[in-house]
Amino acid sequence: MISFLIRRLLASIVLLFVISAITFLLLSAPHTDVGRVLLGQAAEQSLVDAKNAELGLNQPVLVQYLTWLGNALRGDLGSSWFTSENVLSAIGNRIPVTLSLMVGVTLITAVVSFALGIWAGVRRGAADRFVQIIGVVGYALPGFLVTLIMVLVFAVQLRWFPAIGYVDFFTSPAGWLSTVTLPILALSVGSIAGVSQQVRASVIEVMRKDYVRTLRSRGLSPRRIIFRHVLRNASAPALTVLGMQFVGMLGGAVIVEQIFGLPGIGSMTVSYTTRGDIPIIMGLVMFTVIGVVVINLLVDVVVSWLNPKARLA
Amino acid sequence: MSDPIPDSTAAIALAPTARPVTAFRRFLSKPLAVAAAIVLALVVLVAIFAPLLAPFDPGASSLKDAFGPADGTHLLGFDSAGRDVFSRLIWGAQNTMSGAGIALIVALVLGIPTGLIAGYYGRWFDSASSWIVNLVMSLPAMVVLLASRAILGPTVWVLMIVMGVLVAPSFFRLVRGIVGNVRNELYVDAARVSGLRDWRIIGRHVFIVVRAPIIIQVALVAGVAIGLQAGLEFLGISSGDTPTWGAMLNEAFQNIQRAPLLLLWPGLALGLTSASLVLLASGLSDVLGERGAPAARRRKNKNAAPADVVPSTSVPAPETRGALLSIRDLAVSYELADGSDREVVHGINLDIEPGEILGLVGESGSGKSQTAFSILGILPEGGSVSRGSVTIQGTEVIGLAEKKHRELRGTVVAYVPQEPMSNLDPSFTIGDQLAEPLRVRLGLSKQAAKARVLELLQMVEIADPARTFAAYPHEISGGMAQRVLIAGAMSCDPDLLVADEPTTALDVTVQAEVLSLLRRLRADRGIGVLIVTHNLGVVADLCDRVAVMQQGRIVEQGTTEQILVTPEHPYTRQLLGAALDGVDARPEWQPRSTEVSA
Repeated sequence: MISFLIRRLLASIVLLFVISAITFLLLSAPHTDVGRVLLGQAAEQSLVDAKNAELGLNQPVLVQYLTWLGNALRGDLGSSWFTSENVLSAIGNRIPVTLSLMVGVTLITAVVSFALGIWAGVRRGAADRFVQIIGVVGYALPGFLVTLIMVLVFAVQLRWFPAIGYVDFFTSPAGWLSTVTLPILALSVGSIAGVSQQVRASVIEVMRKDYVRTLRSRGLSPRRIIFRHVLRNASAPALTVLGMQFVGMLGGAVIVEQIFGLPGIGSMTVSYTTRGDIPIIMGLVMFTVIGVVVINLLVDVVVSWLNPKARLA
Repeated sequence: MSDPIPDSTAAIALAPTARPVTAFRRFLSKPLAVAAAIVLALVVLVAIFAPLLAPFDPGASSLKDAFGPADGTHLLGFDSAGRDVFSRLIWGAQNTMSGAGIALIVALVLGIPTGLIAGYYGRWFDSASSWIVNLVMSLPAMVVLLASRAILGPTVWVLMIVMGVLVAPSFFRLVRGIVGNVRNELYVDAARVSGLRDWRIIGRHVFIVVRAPIIIQVALVAGVAIGLQAGLEFLGISSGDTPTWGAMLNEAFQNIQRAPLLLLWPGLALGLTSASLVLLASGLSDVLGERGAPAARRRKNKNAAPADVVPSTSVPAPETRGALLSIRDLAVSYELADGSDREVVHGINLDIEPGEILGLVGESGSGKSQTAFSILGILPEGGSVSRGSVTIQGTEVIGLAEKKHRELRGTVVAYVPQEPMSNLDPSFTIGDQLAEPLRVRLGLSKQAAKARVLELLQMVEIADPARTFAAYPHEISGGMAQRVLIAGAMSCDPDLLVADEPTTALDVTVQAEVLSLLRRLRADRGIGVLIVTHNLGVVADLCDRVAVMQQGRIVEQGTTEQILVTPEHPYTRQLLGAALDGVDARPEWQPRSTEVSA
């Protein structure tokens, strides 16, 4: 287990290096005159040159990257070119918003998907068709379209929730809840569609296993067989899909935060990438990749705990 | 034996020849998929002929018409800049579809050849490409696309190429997985041995297998690409005025309070197109992927009793019913996909007295296991007892409430399955699985259950009970697993053991040990045993009486000696003939006969 974790961590660190290098080199490729953009067309060339030198842009790209990397390893991701905001604190301020969305979506997805998937897989018949239709509809509609429909119905027409804005949890828990409910529900639709189908398929597969019949032959109750044996064996593939959904959720969060005006990582990505603010973009990419790596690692650990055959060695 | 339709593999082997016609016909029988295909065809036509169809210039705005209502020439009214919504919708189809098309082509060009090579040749290319694919898949597409926009500028077409790269892994993984499996198939080996070149093998044998999954995946990925592309446009990253559905949604969303109806048309267009792609994919996968239909048709043909069965010689039911187990006129049916029933067991009679071992012999698919499952009430999905009576110690179990029947299982009648490894839950230790019924059924404490399990493991002659107790199923051998299953069946002290081919999966020495174990259990505890087998060696070795089953009927029944020495039914003679290498029946019966594989 420990050696597996160490190997995975090393592989993840290599991944982070590779992605940071590629991203940095690609971002530097267009060669825009950042100093000129910052100071405006009227500024004197000497001032522009000084600005570029201050940002280290007069050096070769490789040197720029190594400088960035050296600082990053010491925990310094630099400052935004355009707002001089410290990258780490800018991201740190916005992460709680995105994280609360992610946690909410993951919890709702897990609970609803398992409930639906088990119901469909055990009952079959009409229940099964119903869940499959949910799956097709949820998968077929682009996430942001679902979000728009929800805004239109629940925020604009019914006015149950605010259409836009964010209240910090510590300022007002009720206000926080009312501002994150719609975004979380909107993001959950797609992931529920995906995960519930996987749960359903694995439940059906496990229900047909020989050992389930043997467990029945020993006089165990269906409830016990489903919740102790079938669920445990069906969980591993479902959790893997849930982990994959997380990557998609990060993308979904970009649009959802933009639509609801939530000050999270997603809306930050939209506003800063349009300006080509390399320090901020690098910070954002690093954070998202770290998030994905951590989730994948968590999924691997839980799956190996569930499935002794795949116990990590 | 868990499969009630043993000949479905034969049907699959026959299927490809008849496929093209039936696949298309089956597709036509799916109304949703056909509707989806029509919608998509319409959208594509609109996209192609947009310049002819659009009544106005999609970019022409007149501010005085902003938010103007629909009229005779402007079918859907005006947007916030006074542009014709209908014309923008039509041009939007073209821009949206071609954007998704570019992404799709890039993904196909990148994903399929690399997947083929990685799956077919493996080695370093496989490791390297799989590593890259995992890297790409761990990147959130939307974030990468936004970052790419910062690098490459706001040109939609360039971003679509990036998107193609991002979705290419889904094709790579699909193709690589299938090809990896196909590569080791015998017919590919045969082609290789017969000297065909690799590219010809890929073209002839491998590509045919991946064709259908790729078509399905294309529809799914197209849906994803359209959604992503519209999402990007919605975020307002495109270069201004190009009319796309996503950009129209963005524009409508900004005016959601003032004119919520503007969301409707682009939303509807996007939703319908996207949903059609998914429905088409699911319809196609039903038609191309699932081979249920030909198998069902084949099953129906088998309903007619073949000529070599002689139903009239079915053994008449004895007057007195067996004290431990008695089966009268038992019939088992399976519901087919088309709603009709197919009977697999056609009214059989069996009796077992306490302490008696009855062998139920017959070839695969003759209904032996279905009979065993009916006694236990554990028929697979779709199967049911359609008539007859089964009594266990005088209790009628057909029509008995499931809960009452459950109470008999384990404590009165227990089951030893055929395949040892697949009958243990891989997620729990042996000890855990064996203790569970003891705790649930008999209400033993944790310690008492553990002590009893160790005792049971000792009883089935497992050398190191404590170690086996803590082991997971994959950590023990097949022979051990079969002993564990016998221990599991014996755990709640049943009176009747139903053993479904308990030795088939084991090697010969272990077989003999398991048989002697069963014999000892009978001697020590006086249990009755119904042993299902196709192995006449097992019968000769173990059974007091034998029933011979053929295609759902019992054709002959008697003492082991009678059946082996003076078989009457032609089928029994045939079975013995197969066992004894062409000799009709052995003149001198010897208890330990050779093995049969019928």
